Amino acid sequence: MVRLAGQSLMLILMVLVLPVAIALSLVVGRVAIPIAELFGGLAAPKPNLAWLILAELRIPRTLLALVVGATLGLGGAALQGLLRNPLAEPGLLGVSGGAALGAVIAIYFGLAAAFVLAIPLLGIAGALAAGALTFLFGRSGTLTLILAGAAVSGLAGAGLALALNFAPSPYAAYEITTWLLGSVAERDWAQIGLCLPFILAGWVCLAFTPRGLDLLTLGEAQAESLGVNLGVLRALVLIGVALSVGAATAMAGAIGFVGLVAPHLVRPFVGHQPSRILLPSALFGALLLLATDIVIRILPTSNELKLGVLTSLIGTPFFFWLVLRLRRLSP
Amino acid sequence: MTCLRTEDVSFKAGGRTLVDRVSLVCKSRQFVALLGANGAGKSSLIRMLTGLVSPTAGTILLDDRTVQSFHRREMARRRAYIPQNARVEWPIAVERLVALGLMPQLPAFGDLDATAWCKVEVALRQCGLIHKRHQPADTLSGGELARAMLARALVGNPDILIADEPLAGLDPRHAIEGMVQLAGLARAGRLVIASIHDLTLAARYATHVAILHQGRLTAFGPTQTTLTPANIRTAFEVNARIAGVGTHARIDLGVPAEPAGMR
Repeated sequence: MVRLAGQSLMLILMVLVLPVAIALSLVVGRVAIPIAELFGGLAAPKPNLAWLILAELRIPRTLLALVVGATLGLGGAALQGLLRNPLAEPGLLGVSGGAALGAVIAIYFGLAAAFVLAIPLLGIAGALAAGALTFLFGRSGTLTLILAGAAVSGLAGAGLALALNFAPSPYAAYEITTWLLGSVAERDWAQIGLCLPFILAGWVCLAFTPRGLDLLTLGEAQAESLGVNLGVLRALVLIGVALSVGAATAMAGAIGFVGLVAPHLVRPFVGHQPSRILLPSALFGALLLLATDIVIRILPTSNELKLGVLTSLIGTPFFFWLVLRLRRLSP
Repeated sequence: MTCLRTEDVSFKAGGRTLVDRVSLVCKSRQFVALLGANGAGKSSLIRMLTGLVSPTAGTILLDDRTVQSFHRREMARRRAYIPQNARVEWPIAVERLVALGLMPQLPAFGDLDATAWCKVEVALRQCGLIHKRHQPADTLSGGELARAMLARALVGNPDILIADEPLAGLDPRHAIEGMVQLAGLARAGRLVIASIHDLTLAARYATHVAILHQGRLTAFGPTQTTLTPANIRTAFEVNARIAGVGTHARIDLGVPAEPAGMR
């Protein structure tokens, strides 16, 4: 029962650390405001500066970091379970690429400037189109799913390159690249309100997968013999990831490594069982992204360091560590 | 009394006929050894018997209902299937691996209760793995993993156990122990169907043999009267000498003097 203890320990740790991180995220920012004044704004007649900073900047930013991080952690865990491959990450199915392409189209044609919701709307549309394409070509098997995802990612990548190539002005190209770097800053409530239902719908889809993912531990033949409908399971994971990760990417841009790293770090604590990884991985993803976003705000850089850049910077050494560990474990 | 019956079952894939109009009737308390050379259609027939693959022609009946008419969860409770070279994809604990066999019995959500863990323990004891219950499944030896898979299959108490080459990769002692265990399960009232390559072990422990040759069922019946040198020669193109009966049976094989292609 050592494993069970490890699991509870980890959950308790996260439940304790998460509120601290949330509090920190609300207190730390570009504008240095004493804590007393910040929360004094809640009671003071509105609108006041402290209240505006809290309600319009820091709370949405914190919420978005949590939701996007949780989505990436959950999506990564579900995909790794489905594909039984520890290197799977949510972007594998092409939905992140599709979302990025949709968002970039919105920037490219100047829709984003005219209409605030253009980026998330087109981003979600892009993610759903990419997910549908992957599903259409890849639903018959695990390998075809991966290949179809790679093809759709390639297509989206080509579209992004095309948009940069034909960018109407250097400024537009700059805007596109900056968006692609990924950030949870300066997103307003309307955008969050638009994406949240899609993200929640994706979570609901993924909530129906744990039993099937567990049985896949025995391989596809035995899982099927134990009553798993592989077609339905694949569809649930794909649709769940397309909705949640697609909408998250449409909000925050491409944020790498969280979806890969989070399931890995929690796996040993829950005895490697795919169903038990989902929730801790989502919590850990949320914590990871929020912590990274706090670090970004503290670091004294002239331009704000983008979230996606820092997660990649942190994630790469982790990847090397993973390689080293795998090399040590395998004879 | 469980009865699994095939009626003129065929399976075609890629323009080739892998199983050709096979009809057989298997019942509880039988241990049916499915014999045949490589590529004779054993695995295809086994997959159809499990209900996971539909025959391209003919019907498979479980207690006079077509296998396809059963809901997949219902089928999962009735029969257990161990595919060839069953592996584990994640290093989960052995007891967790065995517990996966109980999933068709559980409601869609919710974890295992005390009764379920009791069943897991019984299955682990039955297969001699109780001392390995907390060990990660990927650290088991080949023989232990095969027993873990058997425990996984038995924990749900199925009427039918279907195994594709359960002895593949096992050393002689574990292979014999595996056969004894499968024969015991049949005696206890189950129907056991397993494809097996070792003819001597089949002769000793199987109650019935079904011999496939190029997709056709060339012989089916009680082991004693069916596993004959003539039938072995048809299926495997080898000469066989059979000595002893029951658990003392021994089959010596020899390649015919003239090359097979010259006959």
